[in-house]
Amino acid sequence: MITIIVLAVVVVLVLWLIMAFNGLIRTRNQAQEAFSDIDVQLKRRYDLIPNLVEAVKGYMTHEADVFEKVTQARSQAMQATGAAKAGAEDNLSGALKSLFAVAENYPQLKANENFLSLQNELTDTEDKIQAARRFYNGMVRDLNTKIQAFPSNIIANMFGFKKMDFFGGDMTDAERQPVAVKF
Amino acid sequence: MANLYQYQSSNIRRTWLLFAVFFVIILGLGYSLTMAYGDPDFIVFAGIFSVVYALISYYSSAKIALSLAKAQEIQKNDNPDLWNIVENLTITAGLPMPKLYITPEMQINAFATGRDPQHAAVAVTAGALQRLNKTELQGVLAHELSHVGNRDILVSTVAAVLAGIIALIADLFLRSLFFGGMNRGRGRNNEGAGVFFIIAIVLSILAPIGTMLIQLAISRRREALADASGVLLTRYPEGLISALQKIQVDNVPMATAKDSTAHMWLDNPFKGKQASWWHKMFMTHPPIEERIAALQKMGGGA
Repeated sequence: MITIIVLAVVVVLVLWLIMAFNGLIRTRNQAQEAFSDIDVQLKRRYDLIPNLVEAVKGYMTHEADVFEKVTQARSQAMQATGAAKAGAEDNLSGALKSLFAVAENYPQLKANENFLSLQNELTDTEDKIQAARRFYNGMVRDLNTKIQAFPSNIIANMFGFKKMDFFGGDMTDAERQPVAVKF
Repeated sequence: MANLYQYQSSNIRRTWLLFAVFFVIILGLGYSLTMAYGDPDFIVFAGIFSVVYALISYYSSAKIALSLAKAQEIQKNDNPDLWNIVENLTITAGLPMPKLYITPEMQINAFATGRDPQHAAVAVTAGALQRLNKTELQGVLAHELSHVGNRDILVSTVAAVLAGIIALIADLFLRSLFFGGMNRGRGRNNEGAGVFFIIAIVLSILAPIGTMLIQLAISRRREALADASGVLLTRYPEGLISALQKIQVDNVPMATAKDSTAHMWLDNPFKGKQASWWHKMFMTHPPIEERIAALQKMGGGA
């Protein structure tokens, strides 16, 4: 009788161990996928920008420095990695905002359908980047909770699961300031 | 409720509690009938029938609901703004993109259906598209997507199965009494069987109303849960609050409103002149004032 009970307890424990471990693996992979997904949205923005610059060049003939800033910011953002990437992306957002602000002075440009559609696409891309970052944060929250909460923290420590960082958690004070739009 | 996460958890707990009450009723009814008759055929038959019926309705729920509402499917080009709002919300929620529909009603409303996230459909009324601004529409669509993500169609189907089992058992039992088919042959002893008979009769009369009330309570909890989950998607309670406030003063009736699909909409489609005492008493949704107040308390503006 006793052996049956002990056996049952052992079986339950092993099952729980397997389920907890697999749950941690699954959540970690989901968080990593969510992180890569942000890059998918960022890439969409990189791809749209050259089209935008071409569309406005014909109209904004004396605003070369505005395009310069956008093109530069884009290359920097594409090359940045790790902690510097968020800052570079924000720079790019700022440069784009300046370009759209300057475009307000050109009524023929504003009436151009190509420009309008690109503007809509880029705005939507910003929304998608935010959505992807938010989803990533949700996944990180779930992972970190599993790593820290009892009893899954036992498994997490045993197998070396590490917490992941939230997006935006390491923003500097300078980055927290509103983005300046220069006319 | 201090914050949205706790509100979510509380609604999920209360749903489980309501299902537990369901099970207790089924067990009580089943047990007393088995003791009275010494024969579990009632329960088995009712159980099988309810499950089959529920499976059929679960798999066809989307098609039926959409055609009842006269919904028209749209693609990205038909309404890119609406499409983008939903697409961005699905990215935040980690859900696949559902099919999108528009219904020709002028009442501000929306619903979500579909047996799982891979087969989901979200419909918005033409009135909602016209009368809500972007953030309000976002709040509404986030609520609907939360129904998909929280598997509320499955929840309400399970509730319907349980209610169906109870209603069938009660009905069969009362009918058998009425037609005098009392087979006491296998009961243990007359006295024991008699008490259980009385219990069974009482339960059979009370159970159908009781289960309907439980189903409605479950529906109300899931609606409150979808409010909370939706706001956690947009992180902007004011959007949904503002939309609910517009719905609060919206008295446009819905021509295609049906009792069977009333629970699926964002808010009860029976309003204005159609809202009889009956409909108000058995509410599928929490009162709008309550929903707005709850959202405001948990982090929205005035």
